[in-house]
Amino acid sequence: MIVAETKPIEEIYGFIEPYNKIMVLGCGGCVSVCLSGGEKEVGVLTSALKLKRKIDGRELEVVEMTIPRQCDWEYFDLMGSRLDEVEAVVSIGCGAGVQALVKKFPDSLVYPGLNTSFLGVGEKPGVWVEYCQGCGSCVLGLTGGICPVARCSKHILNGPCGGSEKGMCEVDPKNIPCVWQLIYDRLKSIDRLDLIEKIMDMKDWSTATDGGVRRMENPEVFALEHKQQEDKEPAKG
Amino acid sequence: MGEAQEKANSSEMISGSNLEKIFRAGHFAITTECGPPKGADVERLKEKINHIKGCCDAANVTDNQTAVVRMSSIGASAILVQEGVEPIMQMVTRDRNRIAAQSDMFGAHALGIRNMLCLTGDHQKFGNHPTAKNVFDMDSIQLLKVIDHIRTENKVIGGDDVEGPAKMFLGAAANPFGDPFEFRVFRLAKKIQAGANFIQTQCIYDMDRFKKYMQMACDHGLDKKAFIMAGITPLKSAGMANYMNKFVAGISVPDEIIQRLKGTPKEKQAEEGIKICLEQIETVRNIPGVAGVHLMAIEWEHKVRGILEQTDLLPRPQV
Amino acid sequence: MAETEEKVEEKQPKQPVDPNFVPKIVAFCCNFCAYAAGDLAGSTRTEYPSNIKVIRLPCSGRVDTRLLLRAFEEGADGVYVAGCEEGSCHFAEGNYWAKRRVKNAKKLLDEIGIGGERLEMFNFSASMFDKFVANAKIMDERIRKLGPSPVNVAAAKSK
Ligand code: SF4
Repeated sequence: MIVAETKPIEEIYGFIEPYNKIMVLGCGGCVSVCLSGGEKEVGVLTSALKLKRKIDGRELEVVEMTIPRQCDWEYFDLMGSRLDEVEAVVSIGCGAGVQALVKKFPDSLVYPGLNTSFLGVGEKPGVWVEYCQGCGSCVLGLTGGICPVARCSKHILNGPCGGSEKGMCEVDPKNIPCVWQLIYDRLKSIDRLDLIEKIMDMKDWSTATDGGVRRMENPEVFALEHKQQEDKEPAKG
Repeated sequence: MGEAQEKANSSEMISGSNLEKIFRAGHFAITTECGPPKGADVERLKEKINHIKGCCDAANVTDNQTAVVRMSSIGASAILVQEGVEPIMQMVTRDRNRIAAQSDMFGAHALGIRNMLCLTGDHQKFGNHPTAKNVFDMDSIQLLKVIDHIRTENKVIGGDDVEGPAKMFLGAAANPFGDPFEFRVFRLAKKIQAGANFIQTQCIYDMDRFKKYMQMACDHGLDKKAFIMAGITPLKSAGMANYMNKFVAGISVPDEIIQRLKGTPKEKQAEEGIKICLEQIETVRNIPGVAGVHLMAIEWEHKVRGILEQTDLLPRPQV
Repeated sequence: MAETEEKVEEKQPKQPVDPNFVPKIVAFCCNFCAYAAGDLAGSTRTEYPSNIKVIRLPCSGRVDTRLLLRAFEEGADGVYVAGCEEGSCHFAEGNYWAKRRVKNAKKLLDEIGIGGERLEMFNFSASMFDKFVANAKIMDERIRKLGPSPVNVAAAKSK
């Protein structure tokens, strides 16, 4: 799931300074689950912004709304015409949600309320940890299902480095387990240490963000879209 | 692939560096460290070079160690060459991708640098630019492989031919005390397989554990495939011993050493530290498979000569 | 743990206390302890500051950040939550939830500029009517010293 954190109130407050009526738009997807962008958080942010405005002697009107997802077009229909009432929107969806909103409503002013952080897992109540970096060529098959790209502080593919001590990573020994210790333990337990006795070759990063902006096409659906377009276009010749 | 390291102990020279020759002639090698200045102060660098001149077969030139910005290791290494001290240019993958790493190696070679130590590098969090973006396109083992590929295949890793040979005598670091202990020797083997001709270990205080490690390394035949050097760092005080033990990951200082320093009056602790260091040098010389000592006198370069003069390791053999 | 009065005072710049200022204080009280203790205070005719508006909750765990902020939006100068003693919540752990939420909301109030010290959490049982009174007095005194909430100050100015 996508994990995001609330931006400092001060920063959001700065974005909306010129406006008197705004919408705070939550998302019912990932950010609801990680307790940063759901209905409840819409309420808290709304209250916080209103209070701050009051202290500054100005009123702020807020339309509170949460839609199931901000990264798919159809859900925006649920907003009806509420968007027309406001001067600007603070979206507390992830970065993708904010941008989808901008694309869908080019005439609206949209500001982010969250810092989108990582792809992770809720390890225990209230704690989310990065598990995946979306590098585009998964190595989990070679590492016992534990990712060194995302979870080693130095993305080392032939670890552990010298900074691994008592199972923890020197970069933050309180909070970061050395992923290479985890991988070692795991492979040992499934009797596949042979997998890391071989050198893991340099990674092809062209499938990661390094290769430029990524896209994925589903050939069936994508072809369908083309078909429609082809149908519309008059046949040549 | 990997041809070069199999020849590490054979008679065929790789880069022909002084360090390589010393090893091949069967001498017990001495390397030390020379940290570049935090700026372009050549005089300061030359001062440091003078401290170690004649006391070592080659000196490591660190590459923005602990992620603190300093003069580049290539630039400083070139000055060492000029000054007549052979450099071991360190290169970390924290700050360079495969393009820069290969290009920098060519540049270094052109400037007369013939030894190169491949490292992943300390995380930038520990340095003076903690908000920097890191690179880590490769890790140390992959970097070794890239540079090894150039010297054996005469091609860059991307496949193009290399103009003019560029052969480095390749080194790598090893931490015998990092966890998991059982895997450390396998990782060492990976480094050697990737192309490392010599290995310098992290500073060692726990000799019993190191002996065990070397035993395992020898059992795997690694001492035959690469020259393994024991890292030694003289302790200046009981406080330093304590600090290293507690706060530096992967270093453990046995209690008896800490106690020994603690039991020494403050003004004599440095002297005692040097005594311990001399004993350690003697000990590691007698551990099978150890081909040399890497003396890292952290901010104590001027003591290197004094320490080594108390051994029979000076003057250094000419090869 | 409630903040001590010394700590609160350290944080606040010294300003003259307005003797005419009567703070509006909202007390979110758990039905099973604080609210009952308040009742007991009443039946024993023990006086407590009359400017405290008690809101009865089924459990202190009912409060959430929004609710606490809303009280300030509606003009409270101070807010506190009173729940059962730790370990004896009627719903097992509602008061621990309240404790964490109050802690979090204090931070948020600091960020907003209202000041976390205007919010507090107390724990006592149904029989401790003296504590009910004592805590009400603590809050009353604290808020009197702090003066009106910045929200109310701004509202007064704009009038
Ligand atoms: S200690 Fe482990 S997780 Fe941390 S950088 Fe080293 S190998 Fe990676």
